[in-house]
Amino acid sequence: MNRDMIKFLGFAALILAVPFALSGGYLMNVLVFVGIHTMLAIGLNLLLGYAGQISLGHAGFFGLGAYLSGILTATYGWNPWLAMPLAAAVVGGLAFLIGFPILKLKGHYLAMATLGMGIIMYITFNETIGLTGGPSGLSGIPNIAIGSLTFDSDKKNFYLIWSFTLGMILLTLNLANSRIGRALRAVHDSEVAAQVLGINARLLKVQIFALSAVISSIAGSLYAHTMTFISPASFGFNFSVELLTMVVIGGLGSIYGSFLGAALLTLLPEFLRAAQDYDIIIYGAMLMMMVMFMPRGLVRGVPDLLRKLLKKRGGKHA
Amino acid sequence: MLRLKNIHTHYGKVHALKNVSLRLLEGEIVTLIGANGAGKTTILNTISGVTPASSGEVLFENKQITELAPDRIVKLGISQVPEGRQVFKQLSVEDNLDLGAYLRYRSREDKASINEDREHIFTLFPQLLNRRKQLAGTMSGGEQQMLAIGRALMAKPKLLLLDEPSMGLAPLVFQEIFRVLHQLRHEHGTTILLVEQNAKAALKLADRGYVLETGKIILEGSSVELMDNTDVKRAYLGKEKG
Repeated sequence: MNRDMIKFLGFAALILAVPFALSGGYLMNVLVFVGIHTMLAIGLNLLLGYAGQISLGHAGFFGLGAYLSGILTATYGWNPWLAMPLAAAVVGGLAFLIGFPILKLKGHYLAMATLGMGIIMYITFNETIGLTGGPSGLSGIPNIAIGSLTFDSDKKNFYLIWSFTLGMILLTLNLANSRIGRALRAVHDSEVAAQVLGINARLLKVQIFALSAVISSIAGSLYAHTMTFISPASFGFNFSVELLTMVVIGGLGSIYGSFLGAALLTLLPEFLRAAQDYDIIIYGAMLMMMVMFMPRGLVRGVPDLLRKLLKKRGGKHA
Repeated sequence: MLRLKNIHTHYGKVHALKNVSLRLLEGEIVTLIGANGAGKTTILNTISGVTPASSGEVLFENKQITELAPDRIVKLGISQVPEGRQVFKQLSVEDNLDLGAYLRYRSREDKASINEDREHIFTLFPQLLNRRKQLAGTMSGGEQQMLAIGRALMAKPKLLLLDEPSMGLAPLVFQEIFRVLHQLRHEHGTTILLVEQNAKAALKLADRGYVLETGKIILEGSSVELMDNTDVKRAYLGKEKG
């Protein structure tokens, strides 16, 4: 067994032990969201951190997955286990088709195009009232069940969501360390150099865009089945930006960084509730400080900071 | 081995190559010399498919490759060392080399032979050996150039396209690189198309050469002939008489 595997198993054990330390209740519910956000952040990180391509429309893929699952199960009575892969396939296929024209664009232009894509999806959720219920939302989405075990409590959902999240972490860790992961980072550094080594940069970018959309869609399906109610407000531009912030704060190009970013941005607002009306100001200030002092993200910034502090101390003694 | 027939290449509206024809025989080292903006890099990019020709034909081993995408062309056996090296700065030396073999991963045997080839690159450029885990961006220009060449060789090319390997390097480093190119031809029979600003060194190494001016080939001949040509001497070798 190699070091990466040991690290992963340690992480998984730690996560799965959490419910034993908590008596359940509200915090457990928040941790379910940490799991969903981790999946989303990882999906976006593959695109942004590894391949170096931005997307301001990922909330759209998340929403599309949620709505496809929601509509198929609530309105048409499908089994959630059938609806989820179908939704993922549709979203992946759609991302693949959109990806070809828009990933030709770079930098600000790509940001604009993905922004537009997200907004179109958001408007679609709002306006196709017959299907989605429009602004008032879609309710009556069933919980996921395995046989007679229905995932209807926070604790059960915690295990459901986190088995998916941990599976996704394992999968993406392997991908990142493979030849494909190397090729993605090569495309990030220099597209021309990657091309003359035989990497089909254009196709690779589109493929990773589609994979990232599939991950978002699965997270969306799971979200729909745990919440049992969805409305367009959860899938707008603001949420796309929040996802982007999770990836950057956590650390670009680091899978565990995506977890840290997702955890921080999900938990922080909950803890800041105590500060009442000032919570938004404190939240904003903390994000600014983190970007200033840990530009490489939490996952690298915290060890860097500790090292610096230790060095300073060592220097004084010497 | 390689033939360019009446190639025209455009960047948008700029007509960068005008009716360029040239040929390379197997095992030859051929150099392209010319001033900045003459179209030397464009010729390499046209061959490798990065900036495809707007008209004309590129033939490699009697196969049409004019319209092929860059990755297909690498598969056929043409590797390019791009201008300004363009190593992947955020990746280790080893990862850079492995990326050169991107198209070769098929089976376990491939993995073994890739590892073997990586070690072979380290014997060609011993300096890289101590730095195998180091990030490529933290090495000197000369080492990065060695890595860029090593990376291209990892694809096991029949034809190597080299774009200004001497750019910004100290004379000693650059002699070392030319020594390796010489060795490559002798030991592996690699055919090389070399674009170079340092015409003198390039002609010394090459069998033949082409002289480019504003997108056109104005002169061709053996290296000895070109070195004796008064125009070449005046324009590129920096002396009035031989």
